[in-house]
Amino acid sequence: MTFDAEILIAGGGLTGTALALALARAGRSVALIDPAPAAVRAAEDFDGRSYALALASVRMLRALGLAQTIAEHAQPILEIKVSDGRAGEGPSPLWLEFHHAEIEEGPMGHMIEDRFLRRALLAAVEAEPRITHLDGERVVGQAPEAGAVTATLGSGRRLSGALLVGCDGVRSETAKRAGIRRTGWRYGQTALVCALEHETPHHGIAHQFFMPEGPLAILPLPGNRSSIVWTERDDRAEAIQALDDAGYLTALRPRFGDFLGEIGLAGARYTYPLELSVAQDFAAARVALTGDAAHRVHPIAGQGLNAGLRDVAALAQVVDEAARRGEDIGAPDVLARYARWRRFDTAALAAATDGFNRLFSNDNPILRLGRDLGLGAVAHLPRLRRGFIREAAGLTGDLPALMR
Amino acid sequence: MQAAETSVDAGEVAKFEAMAAEWWDPNGKFKPLHMLNPCRLDYITAQIAAEFGRDLSSDRPFADLRLLDIGCGGGLLAEPMARLGADVVGVDAAARNIPVAQTHAAQSGLEIDYRHGSAEDLAAAGESFDVVLNMEVVEHVPDPLAYLTTCQLLLKPGGLMICSTINRNAKSFAMAIVGAEYVMRWLPKGTHEWRKFITPDELYGYLDGAGLRPVDRKGFVFNPVSWSWAISPRDLSVNYVTASTKPG
Repeated sequence: MTFDAEILIAGGGLTGTALALALARAGRSVALIDPAPAAVRAAEDFDGRSYALALASVRMLRALGLAQTIAEHAQPILEIKVSDGRAGEGPSPLWLEFHHAEIEEGPMGHMIEDRFLRRALLAAVEAEPRITHLDGERVVGQAPEAGAVTATLGSGRRLSGALLVGCDGVRSETAKRAGIRRTGWRYGQTALVCALEHETPHHGIAHQFFMPEGPLAILPLPGNRSSIVWTERDDRAEAIQALDDAGYLTALRPRFGDFLGEIGLAGARYTYPLELSVAQDFAAARVALTGDAAHRVHPIAGQGLNAGLRDVAALAQVVDEAARRGEDIGAPDVLARYARWRRFDTAALAAATDGFNRLFSNDNPILRLGRDLGLGAVAHLPRLRRGFIREAAGLTGDLPALMR
Repeated sequence: MQAAETSVDAGEVAKFEAMAAEWWDPNGKFKPLHMLNPCRLDYITAQIAAEFGRDLSSDRPFADLRLLDIGCGGGLLAEPMARLGADVVGVDAAARNIPVAQTHAAQSGLEIDYRHGSAEDLAAAGESFDVVLNMEVVEHVPDPLAYLTTCQLLLKPGGLMICSTINRNAKSFAMAIVGAEYVMRWLPKGTHEWRKFITPDELYGYLDGAGLRPVDRKGFVFNPVSWSWAISPRDLSVNYVTASTKPG
């Protein structure tokens, strides 16, 4: 069969570009169809967005050729401190500390700004001869047939492939057209996200404060800067976001504390409504879903992009193994292998982060005592602690080859 | 597809398409074959790559290899081999399978020479191949030695034959006949006659007697926990596969 490309990818975000690279490196031909113009994707200014890459994700990006970008621009997370607190009171005395020295694999994660990761992936895509990058183009229709799938683009152009992958986010049109429904709910909470400059060094330490209003995560960026994910009830988040920068910082200070000295904004402010949204199937006829198109989990543990990259590594491996056997890479039994592999992990992650949030976003004194004792217990049980760290580093479960 | 367009009416084409869809439905009538297929393909591709020095990560690694699939059915092995670049002939004793396999190959954009007939017909016509796939056939033939001798004649010197079958012991009776045919209903009752099953040593004897040199044997083992098949170097107690070469 002569296809325009063996795999058509709808969406050129981080998972779409990473998938294109992983497949192309395994010898497959790929068309990457990205509604955003390349110039937008290549913008150089820091916009305040950044990601906590788990160790497994870092390994995968290195395997895809991004080692230099990570070495130059990413901040290793050397330690994670988790504590329970109330605004104005500071953290409770029972701290939970995770130090990377407790697992032999090295730093449990890296913080990287969106601009560096995005541009490095884009540059790698442009340098890869097996990828046809169609930017400023959108998939508007898809038709699966017996041996192929045809995607119709906004320009009217039609492309044929063996498989169409939806990397088009939580509102995935690819999933909708394939008749895949979603299940999920809103949490009534919104994450306020921004980058801060601070007076004193962070020493590579990430903090997670569990407040009754919702958790506050402080994640170290290169230099005296940190990224924060500050979760509040929807109405409060809306009111805080409406404040000017000075008012915003005034609201943040009692939660943040003064352990890093004076703080200031270092980029734009964002809000993300928290939601759980899982596609009822990760595959349909000649269609597979990855990243937010398949599942959007509560970002409490920073696992959104990491879960998306795990989809990418799993799908790339399933497709590569099928191609080496001579199987039709878009056949239902091949796609079922991917869906089965990722559904289990995703269900576990969704349940864990959802339960975690329900337990911690609460000011009930009994729950509060319980979780303080719980944090203390975890702190004193080395096996349990290493289990938590491995989970946070993305090293648990059935790891795809690209992440080993 | 050529034949379907010229000499077969539209009702027939629709019937063949429906039968092709049935053959290729991983949850349909041929589910057991679909479940076993990745394992069979892993073994076959690894053996061909090793014997002929091919790199499975390259494009069309089996280019220039002429391959025969005996008992091709709907083309579950023939299509992957053609996709890997082999020049494939598929032969089946059941005439109804041929247009079905042809229909699906056309849908997949693959060129495969499907023929109604037997290994003996091809040998009589003087055909020869680099690779002969002889999967789950030998337990159905009346005279395995005569049949495997015919298969040997179909190989070029230095050629490779992959032959899989079912062992004969209490476990294989329980698994293949009681389990697969009666309990799981994976296969129609009466598909197998346990008496005709062949032990690995017997098969090695037949292969040797047919003028072939057995070079490898492995088991295909079903894991009821992961609900999938795997290749085992040791457990040949039920389903097993062999590779043999024709001295060149």
